[in-house]
Amino acid sequence: MIPAGFEYHRPADLAAAIGILQQHGDEARVVAGGHSLIPMMKLRMAELGHLVDLRDIGELRGIGIAGGTAEIGAMTTQHELIGHGGLASALPVLREAALQIADPQVRYLGTIGGNVANGDPGNDMPAVMQCLGARFRLCGPEGEREVAARDFYEAAFFTARAEEEILSRILIPLPPEGTGQAYVKQKRKIGDYATAAAAVIAGRDSASVAMTNLSDTPVWSAEAGAALAAGHVEGCVEAMLAAIDPQEDMRGPIPFKKHVAAVVLRRAIGAALARRA
Amino acid sequence: MKDDATAPADRSAGLKGLGCSRKRVEDVRFTQGRGNYVDDIKLKGMLSGDFVRSPYAHARVVSVDKDAALAVPGVLAVLTAQDLEPLGLHWMPTLAGDRQMVLADGKVLFQGQEVAFVVATDRYAAADGVAAVEVEYEELPVVTDPFRALDPDAPVLREDLEGKTEGAHGARRHHNHIFTWEAGDREATEAVLGEAEVVAEEMIHYHRTHPMPLETCGCVASMDKVTGKLTVWGTFQAPHAVRTVASLISGIAEHNIRIVSPDIGGGFGNKVGVYPGYVCSIVASIVTGRPVKWVESRMDNLMSTAFARDYWMKGRIAATKDGKITGLRCHVTADHGGFDACADPTKFPAGFMNICTGSYDIPVAYLEVDGVYTNKAPGGVAYRCSFRVTEAAYFIERMIEVLAIKLGMDAAELRRINFIRADQFPYQSALGWEYDSGDYHRAWDKALEAVGYDALRAEQAQRLEDFRAGKTRKLIGIGLTHFTEIVGAGPVKNCDILGLGMFDSCEIRIHPTGSAIARLGTISQGQGHATTFAQIIASEIGIPADDITLEEGDTDTAPYGLGTYGSRSTPVAGAATAMAARKIRAKAQMIAAYLLEVHDDDVEFDIDRFAVKGAPERFKTMKEIAFAAYNQAIPGIEPGLEAVSYYDPPNMTYPFGAYICVMEIDVDTGDHDIRSFYALDDCGTRINPMIIEGQVHGGATEGYAIAMGQEIAYDAMGNHKTATLMDFFVPTSWETPHYTTDFTVTPSPHHPIGAKGVGESPNVGSVPCFSNAVHDAFRPFGLVHSHMPHDQWRVWKIAHDLGLHG
Repeated sequence: MIPAGFEYHRPADLAAAIGILQQHGDEARVVAGGHSLIPMMKLRMAELGHLVDLRDIGELRGIGIAGGTAEIGAMTTQHELIGHGGLASALPVLREAALQIADPQVRYLGTIGGNVANGDPGNDMPAVMQCLGARFRLCGPEGEREVAARDFYEAAFFTARAEEEILSRILIPLPPEGTGQAYVKQKRKIGDYATAAAAVIAGRDSASVAMTNLSDTPVWSAEAGAALAAGHVEGCVEAMLAAIDPQEDMRGPIPFKKHVAAVVLRRAIGAALARRA
Repeated sequence: MKDDATAPADRSAGLKGLGCSRKRVEDVRFTQGRGNYVDDIKLKGMLSGDFVRSPYAHARVVSVDKDAALAVPGVLAVLTAQDLEPLGLHWMPTLAGDRQMVLADGKVLFQGQEVAFVVATDRYAAADGVAAVEVEYEELPVVTDPFRALDPDAPVLREDLEGKTEGAHGARRHHNHIFTWEAGDREATEAVLGEAEVVAEEMIHYHRTHPMPLETCGCVASMDKVTGKLTVWGTFQAPHAVRTVASLISGIAEHNIRIVSPDIGGGFGNKVGVYPGYVCSIVASIVTGRPVKWVESRMDNLMSTAFARDYWMKGRIAATKDGKITGLRCHVTADHGGFDACADPTKFPAGFMNICTGSYDIPVAYLEVDGVYTNKAPGGVAYRCSFRVTEAAYFIERMIEVLAIKLGMDAAELRRINFIRADQFPYQSALGWEYDSGDYHRAWDKALEAVGYDALRAEQAQRLEDFRAGKTRKLIGIGLTHFTEIVGAGPVKNCDILGLGMFDSCEIRIHPTGSAIARLGTISQGQGHATTFAQIIASEIGIPADDITLEEGDTDTAPYGLGTYGSRSTPVAGAATAMAARKIRAKAQMIAAYLLEVHDDDVEFDIDRFAVKGAPERFKTMKEIAFAAYNQAIPGIEPGLEAVSYYDPPNMTYPFGAYICVMEIDVDTGDHDIRSFYALDDCGTRINPMIIEGQVHGGATEGYAIAMGQEIAYDAMGNHKTATLMDFFVPTSWETPHYTTDFTVTPSPHHPIGAKGVGESPNVGSVPCFSNAVHDAFRPFGLVHSHMPHDQWRVWKIAHDLGLHG
């Protein structure tokens, strides 16, 4: 558990950080909270020459809610997100999901940007972002662009982000008033990834559903959402079960995961519908 | 000083002796980050060592190329088996009479096995060196199933033993067979089973797990080439034994070896054995002339240092139709991994597995254990239990439940009618033990009443009805356990490790001003010895516990002893402490009599003083006596006030307990909620109730982990699947159940203060209790037995296989 040697960079602004990425190419990686990357470095499964620490970059911080959109800086910690009153009332599912990520010590350091940008299928926020229809703002040498969360994930640890780009902000459209929101997660213990988890938002005639750790990317299903919007809970579950592709691991075999996926999804739907005004 | 105005009760309370919930004196430093652990030790010029480990479970080592590693800046040496061979240290003896490779000698037998030892100027350079060593392997067929290992055509794992038909514990009947060990009467047991009205049969697996202390194993070895003295600081649960064994292996004279166990962050059996890291650090220090530190990573610890359990126990239990048990048979297939490195007393290769008749009066029994080699890590240590006692308790407590199902009886009642009665103690068990004391019926009745057993069963029945009516998806399970431990190894006549008798020791010196220092042959790993042993002395000789320093772990200063594991510290070293204190008290009595100008027999001990019989106002306090002992010429009495006792116990002690768990199980997710856990422990005389309660909480939490998810798992290729805390379950405060503790007191008749030991009871008792709760929830649907751990998917599978998912 001792990493190989690397250069440590701590740029003060986004431009400098992008400059370092340009200079070192795939030799360089950015680090936010470090809860995924640093263990991988210690296992020598991620070996890199240059580590670019984003913590001093003020542009990556801050939470704003305006014009029907919530805007969250990528370096916002899970702890800050949990404690933000505006988000708690406009997007309670974010707080509900964040509270199910590891433990307080991890959440003091772990960031929402790192959680969504790493492309780890075990992370909770990507499915929540897909469910909410969030967009990710990426900054690179060519300037800024936005990618929908639903288009961002390509495979485990592979995303639409280019090597020289940095995720700067997450933009979330606020669901209409009265929309019920829920994130339900089954895990073995505190600190574990989900065995299965479901993010659900349900309005009067709209719905969106996404799930965590049941494929090599988060799974958002248009059919599942449409079925739920039409009031067909079992149709929603069926569509989602067709979309997921869980693998066996120490959490259990595939039939168990599929079964639990359905159970968790039904519970999330139940919670979201109960919270719908 | 004349403090005779002080009431006896106040004088007694001021001592903080037996029965006082004295706060742990160790915690001041531990809670402030001021502990001194092995990894805190930094010596001038100290080097760092790290291992190249095998990625394969079974392979030939074709070549080890050191060149690239030696070119890494900071790397000074790379040791392989070839380098150790001239010293005769490429293999080492295990505590179980087998031998183990220190570094891979031609082949590897488990994933994570030590192949080469890289020595460098710092830990980072050592890790870089490890990454640069190039090893060529040739994979061999892997055996991870102990039953498959005994197939005639199974691959030969231990080529070094080929043709050896005799092992350390008798005949070997197959190339992967280690030993067969028997206890009891086979023929009589078979006869009873053949004629019994009812026989229940089950295969019960106690899965492989790991003690996982918070602090991993490690050491700092320092050979002083000027004095010729080797000092090793390490995470040793038995420092004196390490010194003697190190001397015997290395040829270094024992007076030139100093072993020091500093603060230890938990042991739980993991730190009893001798590991390649210790040997390599010592050799590296001798070679380089500089101190060498080796400390395991978490993955190293989980993959290579001693595992626990992995017993396949095939049971048959015979009874009359009305539930009186008439006989028990158990056959164990014991998976020992690549080397037999169990830490058991030499004559007991399966530990005290023959306590498996448990708390029950079973007239005839037979136990047979077959040890087997597989391509897994070595170990088989007693993880927070006396040797194999958790396996034994799990076996009998599951067999009782299986029999209750067969008989259609309530398992609480079945236990009650089979308990050894209080008037049967001392009780001779069918498998050879003499239980010293117990009152099982009293404990059982108290436990059942405390939890409201009948009401719980009524609630459970109602829940079952609701479940069947579709009103709920949660079942209630009520887990019962009555366990009997056997601890305090032990009598030297039948307990030794590598020939070292398992007595223990205490030396007490009273200072002239009436404070004291005591040193023991044991070593605390968190048990709170500095707190509790001082309490024993306080009560025995009347010096406040707060005025007594306690030291352990330095072989240059502490008296010889066999260390701390198997709940032996209180039964053995605690007894030695009381006996040493009594020697001091005897001398103090003579001094007091002289000072009071009366005959020795005319003074009597009174809490913190000796007083003239019938004239309590005439007395000398222990403080006064201590001062006189050093500073007053007393005819016929040597100056000074100190004593040492080496205590060889006449018998083991037999703590017991009654545990009851109420669990809710979600049949759809396999998840559970521990609604309550009641733990009644009888550990004899209670020295410090707060520490006992803490021990019960900690042990039951480890038991909870083991029963409900913790395991060491391998795939068919021998790849270790649980080498990180992501997959190896260690409960956080969130998962940890709430415990209700209770007690009865049945003092040990042969222990000087009647104490029996408690540290391991909760692990022994809680594992079957949690497991029985899971089984009990599904009993109405026909479940008889399902293997641990009861993690979510396995519980889900029970429900699924019983058709509960529609």
